[in-house]
Parts: sequence; C-alpha cells; structure tokens
Amino acid sequence: MNTTIQTTNIMEVPNRVSPLRRFFRVFLGRKVVVFGTLVILGFAVCAAFSEWIAPYPPNYQDFNAILLQPAPEHLLGTDSLGRDTLSRIIFGSRTAIMVGVVALSIAAGIGMTLGITAGYFGGMTYAVIMRIIDAFMAFPALLIALTVAALLGGGILNVMIALGIGMMPGFARVMCGQALSIRENDYVLAGRSLGGSNIHIMFRHVLPNCFPPMIVMMTMMIGTTILAEAGLSFLGIGVDLGVATWGGMVNEGYPYLLQNPILSFAPGFSIMVVVFAFNMVGDGIRDAIDPRLRGTF
Amino acid sequence: MTTYIIRRILQMILVLFIVTILVFVAMRLLPGDPILMFLTQENAESITQEEIAKIRHELGLDRSMLVQYFDWIGHVITGDLGKSIINHYDIADEVKYRMPISLHLGALAFMISIIIGIPLGVIAAIRRATWTDDVLTSLGNLGITIPTFWLGILFIYAFGLKLNLLPIFGYTSPFEDFWRNSQEIILPVFCLAVPAIASAVRLTRSSMLEVMRQDYVRTAWSKGLRERRVVMKHALKNGLIPVITLKGISLAHIVGGSVLIETVFSIPGMGRLAVDGLFAHDYSVVQATVLIVAVVVLASNMLIDLSYGWLDPRIRYH
Repeated sequence: MNTTIQTTNIMEVPNRVSPLRRFFRVFLGRKVVVFGTLVILGFAVCAAFSEWIAPYPPNYQDFNAILLQPAPEHLLGTDSLGRDTLSRIIFGSRTAIMVGVVALSIAAGIGMTLGITAGYFGGMTYAVIMRIIDAFMAFPALLIALTVAALLGGGILNVMIALGIGMMPGFARVMCGQALSIRENDYVLAGRSLGGSNIHIMFRHVLPNCFPPMIVMMTMMIGTTILAEAGLSFLGIGVDLGVATWGGMVNEGYPYLLQNPILSFAPGFSIMVVVFAFNMVGDGIRDAIDPRLRGTF
Repeated sequence: MTTYIIRRILQMILVLFIVTILVFVAMRLLPGDPILMFLTQENAESITQEEIAKIRHELGLDRSMLVQYFDWIGHVITGDLGKSIINHYDIADEVKYRMPISLHLGALAFMISIIIGIPLGVIAAIRRATWTDDVLTSLGNLGITIPTFWLGILFIYAFGLKLNLLPIFGYTSPFEDFWRNSQEIILPVFCLAVPAIASAVRLTRSSMLEVMRQDYVRTAWSKGLRERRVVMKHALKNGLIPVITLKGISLAHIVGGSVLIETVFSIPGMGRLAVDGLFAHDYSVVQATVLIVAVVVLASNMLIDLSYGWLDPRIRYH
C-alpha cells in the first residue's frame, strides 16, 4: 500500500500543471461545453451591441409589413404590429441575460448571506433562518416571483428582485450546509484562537472555502433564472410592455400560431438554446473545479 | 422512528405557521386597493367616502393586522377560505372544483416522471459511455432546458392544429367523459412531466454511478451475483436516496409549472386561479391558493422525508 502511494507521488510531481491550465484543459475538453461557451459569447455580443446588430429597432412598426413570413428583408418575419421578429429576439437577448445575471446575483447575495449566518452560528440562529427558508421552499419559485412582481409592480428592476427572491432559498440551503461543515475545520478554530471576530472568520475563512460549490451552483442556476424570467414575461407579469422579452414574444405570437408559427417558435427556441448553453457551461465549470461535485446540483 | 416522525410533524407545523405569516404579509403589501377596484368595476364614481368606509368595515379590512391575521387563520382552519373580494364567489367552493383538476394533472405528471425517469437514469448509468448513455444524457439536458410553456405551444401546433389528433384546450371531468378527458390531458401532463423526467434521469444516473463504485457493490459482483440483482438490490436502493430528495423539489416545480401549463391549455386549475387573482388584485383568492399550494408541497415533502426512513435505516436513529 505504501509503495503505491509513494509512486503516485513521484509520478505526479513532474507532471504538475498550473491549476488554471488544468481548469481550462478539463473545461474545454468536452465539445458541448465549448459549444455552450460560444453560444453564450454570441448572445452576449448580441446583447451588448443590439443597436448595431439588429436590422430594425425593436419597436419599429411597419404597418405595411404585418405578420409577414420569413423573407430577405425580415429574416424571421414580422409580428401583428409589423415589428421585425429577428430584431426583437436580438434585443430580447439583452433582457434575458441582464435579468438572468442580476437576478441570480441578488439570489446568491441574499441566499449566501443567510446561509452562512445560519451555518456558522448554528443553534437558535440556524433554527430561525432555516425554518424561514423551509417556508420559502414550500412555494414554487415561480409563484414567489409572481407574487413579488405583482407586489412591486412591473419594470425590469422589480422583475430582477422578484426572481432573486424566488431563487434565493436554494442558495441559502446549500450555503448553510457548506458553512456547517467548514466551521468544524481546524483553521477556523485557529482563526478564533487568534482572536478573530465572527465577521472576520466568516468572511475570511469560511466563505472562501465555500466558494467552489457556490460558483458551480451559480452557473448552473443562470439558465434556470432565464427560464423563470421567460415564464414570468410569458404570463405578462414583469418587464414593461414594449420591452422585447422572449417569453413575452412567445405569448404575443401564440394567437397567430396558425398563420405565422415562427412568431412563437423562434423566441422559444432562443430561450432553449441559451439555457442549454448556460447549463452545459455550468457542467463544464463543475467538472473543471471539482469533479466530486458531479450530481449534487 | 416514532420520535423522528413526531419531530418532523412539529417542524412542519412550525414551517406552516411561518408560511401563513409570509402569505398574509405579502398579500397586505400588494398595491392597489381591492375595494377601489371593486367599486370602479361595479358602480359609478358617485360613491362617497362613507360608503367606502362602510364596505371596508363589512369586509373587515379596517381592523388591525394582527386581528385580521388571527381572524383569517381561524377561518382557514375551519375550512372557510373567505369570499373573493372582486367576484364574491366562495373560495372554498372554487378550490373544491379546481383542486382535483390540478392534482389530477400534477399527480399524473409526477408518477410518469418517476416511472420513466428513474429506469432511464439507471439504464444510462449501467450503460455508461455508450450511445444509449449519450442519447439519454443529451435528452436529459434538453429536457431541463426547454421552456414548458413553449413545449406546450409546439405540441398544440403539431398535434392539435396540424395533425388534428388531440384537443388543444379545456378540461372535461373524467367522470363526465373519460375518453375526452384522457385526450385533453395528454399534452399538458406530458409538458409538466418533461422537466421532471429529465431531472430524474440526470440525478438517477449520477447517483447510480456514485453507488456502483462503492465497496458493497463490488462485493456483490464478486459474490457472483447476476447484474440484475446487483443493480436492483444493492445499488438502486442506495442510489435512490438523493433521487427521492430531488423528487420533493420537483414536486414544487410541477406545481409551479402548472401555472404556465394551465395558462397555455386554458385549464381551470389552481395555478390559473392564482394568476387570475394576482391580475385582479384579489387578495383573498391569491392568499388562499398560495396557502393551499404551500400546504400540499409541505405535506408531500414530509411524506418523502418519511420514506427515507424506509429506504435508509440509518436515518431512523437521527
């Protein structure tokens, strides 16, 4: 037994590569992850430069071109108000990615703060916070987001907050579990015996060690958040009227399913592709950071 | 085991209490005075402040929050969910009509996701790195990605409008016309089940792969047991524990998804009731539906927790 351990040690030393290089080697090792990365980059460019890429402004109405089928001037046709579908999809990518990222940050920010507080202090703090989180988990995230969106009123910022609150409990749960196990480590004890304050230990010792699974969870959840945003805007609750959202476009095209199915099909397809890309990249990051996490999310 | 059950039930009651507070506070914070909305809908602008105050008093909306809360809870416990502020129907009656519809769809989708998802996940795991695994994993990844409401629209287009095979909206009671009902629910149930099937496949696969590496599985193999026995008896029972946890979460997802699916297929279920209530600023309806959804999710999660005790004897002693 001893000999095997030694040989592996000897074998490993000369082959050691920098963690960053190893990360990229694993990350880029799967084709589907590379595909996902490219898709996300593509949509990010669309989102950032919509004004330049889109052939028409998102709300430009051409009343001579209502419900057109795909044609060279309108590659994906036009909707019932004569708006160009392709342009609206390109502008919609901005809404989707912005809402996805900001809502997720809100969810992770609140959830991780609650989770680390509960896990680190334990006892009564843990009991109170986690029972509230349990209560939140009893509501489907979409229902929380719906209620909060109705409570705050429309607008892109409110949708972000609503989704953020809806997605928050999951982060709190996972973070709490992490903090619970990490606070038992010797370095936490060492930090305390050196007179470190709770805040200091929480943020300097516990938090950084909770990061790998949390980063994985965040990337895995961006797709879910975009999907939830699409659901909200499909129901007509959320981002202001006129702002192009993929979910809203699916809903607006629904009545014209027979005449011009692409009105609903194209934006829904974009949702699927982007969410798929984020999920695959999430998988890739997880495998590259820590393969042991496979299957936990 | 008994202590475990009792502790779980007490915990659930506590959580339920917090749920009611959350629901109550959220509803009171909602903007838009329901009385004013009700007035503008019902009658003219000629109404005086006194009359508004009178209606407010009749509905009990002028009392302190605490009194309103306990009054509401008292009624809820006795099965009285109040009346719709806007349309005046009895919410309990409405729920009695709509709940079975949503349960029917949700329970079917949930069962289908288990019956299809878990075996497919096991197959993917034992045929790891073959084309079977690749296909199943890709389908699983796609299934958790596809927006259910959009999938519903695709189905409506394909099976309803183009092939004319299935009805595209509505719900008929199975007791009234079973055949018609079966046709109507195929598409919505399948839409609800897709993400749940996909996540079950993904999790069962990874959980089984984990378990198949364990020493006791190797022991089972080396005893010369047949594959079927190793997989079904030694691996699966242990591999199922994380899957069952996930099923609890996916139940909440199915309930959430039904909000969208009931909208797409015009099904008069609980999800639709909640959305309509939200749009109309009808506090009492939203309050009741959200509360009922939470109770259903909590109760089923508790059943799932209890089933751990059966699957994993270690849990009984915690």
